[in-house]
Amino acid sequence: MNDYLAVFIFIVMALGFTAAGLITAYLVRTSRPSLKKNETYECGEEPVGGAWIQFNMRYYVFALLFVVFDVEAVFLFPWAVVFKSFGVSALVELLVFLGILLAGLLYAWKKGSLQWE
Amino acid sequence: MIEQLKNSGFEEMTLNMGPQHPSTHGVLHLLLKMDGEVITEARPDIGYLHRGMEKIAEKRTWGANIALSDRWDYIASMSNNFAAVLGPEKLMSITVPKRAEYIRVIMAELNRIASHLIFFGTYGIDIGAFTPFFYAFREREKILDLYESVCGARLTYNYFRIGGVSADLPEEFIPGVKAFINYFRPKLKEYDTLLSTNPIFMDRTVGVGAITKEEAIDWALSGPNIRASGVNFDLRKDDPYSVYSEFDFNIPTGKNGDCWDRYMVRMNEMKESARIVEQALEKLEPGDIMAKVAKVIRPPAGEIYTHVEAPKGELGVYCISDGSTMPYRYKVRGPSFVNLAILQKMLKGLRIADVVAVLGSIDIVLGEVDR
Amino acid sequence: MIYASQSLGDLWNWLLQQFAELCGSLGIPEVIRYMVEKGAYAVGLLVFISLTALVMIYMERKVSAHMQLRYGPMWTGGWHGWSQTIADMIKLLLKEDIIPDKADRWVHRIAPIVIFVPSLIGFLVIPFDKYLIGADLNVGILLVFGFSSIAVLSIFMGGWASNNKYTLLGGLRSAAQMISYELPLVLSVLGVIMTVGSLKMSDIVMAQKDVWFLFTPNLLGFIIYIIAGTAEVNRTPFDLPEAESELVSGYNTEYSGLKYGFFMLSEFTNTFIISAIAATFFMGGWNGPSWLPGIVSFLAKTYLIVFLLMWFRWTFPRLRVDRLMDFGWKFLLPLSFFNILMIAVWVLVKK
Repeated sequence: MNDYLAVFIFIVMALGFTAAGLITAYLVRTSRPSLKKNETYECGEEPVGGAWIQFNMRYYVFALLFVVFDVEAVFLFPWAVVFKSFGVSALVELLVFLGILLAGLLYAWKKGSLQWE
Repeated sequence: MIEQLKNSGFEEMTLNMGPQHPSTHGVLHLLLKMDGEVITEARPDIGYLHRGMEKIAEKRTWGANIALSDRWDYIASMSNNFAAVLGPEKLMSITVPKRAEYIRVIMAELNRIASHLIFFGTYGIDIGAFTPFFYAFREREKILDLYESVCGARLTYNYFRIGGVSADLPEEFIPGVKAFINYFRPKLKEYDTLLSTNPIFMDRTVGVGAITKEEAIDWALSGPNIRASGVNFDLRKDDPYSVYSEFDFNIPTGKNGDCWDRYMVRMNEMKESARIVEQALEKLEPGDIMAKVAKVIRPPAGEIYTHVEAPKGELGVYCISDGSTMPYRYKVRGPSFVNLAILQKMLKGLRIADVVAVLGSIDIVLGEVDR
Repeated sequence: MIYASQSLGDLWNWLLQQFAELCGSLGIPEVIRYMVEKGAYAVGLLVFISLTALVMIYMERKVSAHMQLRYGPMWTGGWHGWSQTIADMIKLLLKEDIIPDKADRWVHRIAPIVIFVPSLIGFLVIPFDKYLIGADLNVGILLVFGFSSIAVLSIFMGGWASNNKYTLLGGLRSAAQMISYELPLVLSVLGVIMTVGSLKMSDIVMAQKDVWFLFTPNLLGFIIYIIAGTAEVNRTPFDLPEAESELVSGYNTEYSGLKYGFFMLSEFTNTFIISAIAATFFMGGWNGPSWLPGIVSFLAKTYLIVFLLMWFRWTFPRLRVDRLMDFGWKFLLPLSFFNILMIAVWVLVKK
């Protein structure tokens, strides 16, 4: 039998479990919203401007780098599985692959993309 | 690409940090303007704890103002008491008995240890280490127990009197202090292994928020904050009050004036305070604890500025007497208030994570800032 | 027949066989039988997860308390405050659900679900004992990493939707941190996979029958895994997303009630998964002395790692965000590349 069916069954059950919790909470909890209570928290002060503004975040560079490296990490998984049966030739291929990866990392490093400002 | 994005005109984010914030040490309100996580402008906004102490003092008798002084820097009340009594004593030229002077010094120095212990604990929490806090409070608890045995209070002692102290030491006090000092010395080493030399802690504090010698003087810093920048300024040595000139102790100073130096100066000061307490215990001899002072205190008309080296820095009291039972003007120079001012300069260009590291290292008490 | 000395896994296997025979005699189709079996396992797993969360929260409180010269909860329920966590769960359930007026209501609502459900799914492929594994997929470990990385999305959603500057900064930081440390995390287990030659959890456990991978050159991988794993579940010294001294409570500042509970619970379930994977990959999984039921030795190892992570949390200060990134990209990532090379050479030499 296909094992992914089990995964699917479990996802459905986990969703059900979460939903059951939320519905129970919805039924038993109190709800007395007020203007002050629903205000955005900012240490007790009136917030100056919203949070949804365009401002300088350095995180996106890491996100870009991550995509590159994560995709390549995924490539490594099938390689790792068959590594034992292929032997030395696989090692050489790995060296080339890692070499390219590392070159990319060094380039990003040199470029200052890994620098948090 | 990065350069293009840098120049593309991002909006500034204005963030209120405090008054209700876990790490603003009370109710300090920092108005931060940020470009990403970098702070471009910081403005401390104070006054949330303002109680009008200086005005209240004008309507209370000189003796009653000692009780008021407990509420300035409420974690080092003994030092506040000290500052509050020196002025009237000088105006009335009272000679305090020797025994009372030594008791005062013991109390003030134990209070310095207690205050620095709170700094140690809360600074750990600011940096993200929760455990040192409880260690520090374990030790502070013992000091408070000692205080309780002397004056019955654990936070607002109201122990000093114009002309002496309110009560003599109980029997168990002196052995208690000796036991505490012996217990406390090894604990300081424990703190060093726990926090001071922790690589992550040093990474967060070394080189962060450095104040140069000149800046420290320009901004009129005092206490551990100015000593960390390499300025050897300590009122106990530079303008010895009470009996401080009789003791042998060092003034720890820093070099770079960064957060770690400020931290280490305080840690070393605890060692020196322990030494002073030991010496004072040796010199302690039986005798009077109060000078002969009239029941109703009426200092002769005149003005005077007296200052003590409180745990946080120079705590000064400027008072004008018109010859009546109440001061005509009572001005307090709180070290926290003056030290806080440099924050707006230090924070510029730092990241938001450094804000708490710098703020914590200045070691302010809002009760004293706002008074 | 079953014996008392046999472990839970054998019992489960025996039950499955009995059920299969029953189905065979009643003529119930294979698909129905399979679904009932897996459904039963899933129910058991959900009960187990709930209990695990309760135990871990209680454990965290007690461990932290005793490290800090405190006792922790002592009153609720009588014996050492054992029911404190249950009381807290009831409190969370009854608490008012506050959604700020300025928030994006739907994203705000969905975020806790998005973090909680994937954190449950990882449990499916964890081999608790022989036969006691929900789905022994041939990509086992990839499923765990795949689902656990959804957490980034949720934290980001929660942080952004609240329309609060603290949550936004916390969410963005968290996203940056988690994606940065996901790389070393994924790469650190590659060494084990190369040694075994399979992604299947059961194969990895079986390969450690004689010697745990912890005691081979894979030790380096283990160290990288623990560091990256700590960062992945946002625990001190990598707890920047919820750095309370800076960002109040980080991405979950604006959450209350059960939705906050889901964020908190998923932190604990994720910690358990990270520890369980460590136990499986490096400490021999359910392998252990023959007199000890497999599940016991597996849980003992897992909780050992859980304790280690708690120990970290209550000892270390917090890293600063730029140092965190430096450490991840400039040290841990090259180190995990080196680890792969080293294991490759080691595997070849051994062959």
